Amino acid sequence: MVAVRRPAPSPHPFRRRRGLIRIREQAIALLLLACGVVSILTTVGILVSLISESVGFFRQVPLGRFLTEREWTPLFAEKKFGIAPLAAGTLLTTLIAMGVAGPLGLLAATYLAEYAPDRARRVLKPTLEVLAGIPTVVYGYFALTFVSPLLRAWLFPQMGVFNALSAGLVMGVMILPMVASLSEDAMLAVPRSLREAAYALGARRHQVVLRVVIPAAFSGITAAVFLAIARALGETMIVAIAAGGQPRLTFNPLEAVQTMTAYMVQVSLGDVPHGSLEYQTLFAVGTALFVLTFFFNALGIWVVRRWREEYR
Amino acid sequence: MGTFFHGLTLSAVVIGVVALGVLLGDIAYKGLPHLDWQFLTSYPSRFPHQAGIKAALAGTGWLMALTAVMVVPVGVGAALWLAEYAPRSWFANLIRLLIANLAGVPGIVYGLLGLALFVRWMGLGRGVLAGAFTVGLLVFPTVVVAAQEALRAVPDSLRQGAYALGATRWQVVSRVVLPAALPGILTGIVLAFSRAIGEAAPLILIGALTFVPFLPRTPMDPFTVLPVQIFNWVSRPQEGFRLIAASGIIVLLVVLLSLNAFAIWLRNRYQRRAEW
Repeated sequence: MVAVRRPAPSPHPFRRRRGLIRIREQAIALLLLACGVVSILTTVGILVSLISESVGFFRQVPLGRFLTEREWTPLFAEKKFGIAPLAAGTLLTTLIAMGVAGPLGLLAATYLAEYAPDRARRVLKPTLEVLAGIPTVVYGYFALTFVSPLLRAWLFPQMGVFNALSAGLVMGVMILPMVASLSEDAMLAVPRSLREAAYALGARRHQVVLRVVIPAAFSGITAAVFLAIARALGETMIVAIAAGGQPRLTFNPLEAVQTMTAYMVQVSLGDVPHGSLEYQTLFAVGTALFVLTFFFNALGIWVVRRWREEYR
Repeated sequence: MGTFFHGLTLSAVVIGVVALGVLLGDIAYKGLPHLDWQFLTSYPSRFPHQAGIKAALAGTGWLMALTAVMVVPVGVGAALWLAEYAPRSWFANLIRLLIANLAGVPGIVYGLLGLALFVRWMGLGRGVLAGAFTVGLLVFPTVVVAAQEALRAVPDSLRQGAYALGATRWQVVSRVVLPAALPGILTGIVLAFSRAIGEAAPLILIGALTFVPFLPRTPMDPFTVLPVQIFNWVSRPQEGFRLIAASGIIVLLVVLLSLNAFAIWLRNRYQRRAEW
């Protein structure tokens, strides 16, 4: 029988090094976790900043007045604090934009997903992506200096330089790639078997697309629309440059309107002392905007998640 | 009907492409005549023919550098944690959900956050650093999502091989996964910054000035960036300013184009090495 000697339980160099390694590993894991926690901090930060300053505002202006008064003149001598004109401006431009981006985006997605030959797709898809990458100041410039004069010269001579229509149309072009890309993803995710079954039954291509693919991709397309709405609601530069600077409660696209975002820009450009009521209107309007965009974003994200599970 | 529908969908795409062409053409037509060396090296002025974009270019450079230094480590770190360290817990899912929502928050709300938190509460004033923090938070979700995608694309077999050889988790991540995912991560970062360069609204909110006849010297100095300067010029009634706004736009688009070309070059270069 061979006696096996255990190594002496002294401070072995390898054992000490292993402890160090473990500490280092845990420290790194903690550090990376902290990076992830930044998302929590950011969310909390947004909520706290919005709420804390809005509370100050709503102490002086009751919520009922904020929601129902029909004028917004916080910077004038006679102050009115109804959000309705700004909300109307935001909704009007968003509606016009979605009126352009929704149908055109869906049609473009249909072409790219179902009709385009490979060579065409390789050229057209990136071109549309370029549209999405152009900074919104550029779009605003285009709306003010090209689209608006064009519309005034050819269609609406009585329209002013600043109007919701030009801003809305250009915003639609900006959002179009987003709708197209997300809808295209939704359509490409529809299993080929569904299409092939329809063809086998004798359907022609447009019937397959309209009656099989699009209904099957419907939830993905809806999600695309919701996310695009949220994007349009939060858009700032195009409307700040081209839609106008006077809050007006109207749904006439030929008039100049001011959106919630454009108002916030206008206030920031002026001399507004910290802590004043005017400063707080920034946050009150910002909170209203955040609530609106969060609603549509959350809706879009939720629909995407639900849709992804259906195809598992 | 079939051909009609085919034509209809094609025209939708064509409308988009034509709109792009018209936009670029209009900008080029208005802006190229005034785009000269004097324009690139002058400060803004009350007179359109003397105004230049020097301060805005410097501001953009400063802002992007500071933002990159802060966002890249933290964003990639968060992506690493989500992809490698805690993929399936409820906590990780919460963080993923928060990041997805944060990506959809409008830029101007980040401006409000920056105003309340960095400019006021932290007392950074309207300097470049406050701007960098604000834009950094704005871009953070995009960087995380892009890096996560790149990390997920790395085949699991590589990780398992490394673990089988006795590597610790950090060794696997730092020596195997990260180098493999690097082209995707770099591309994602550059694309995220392409968006950041064009952002004006959050910076206007935190006080990026629109008339800056000087270059920022410290991170606390006031500043302006290209999109804000363009916005300022567009907002003025004089025709001269409208034209140099177009020149400014051309500069901005060239910067963007170079950035995107750089991203594509990076991706091609690193992909040639990481062939499997």
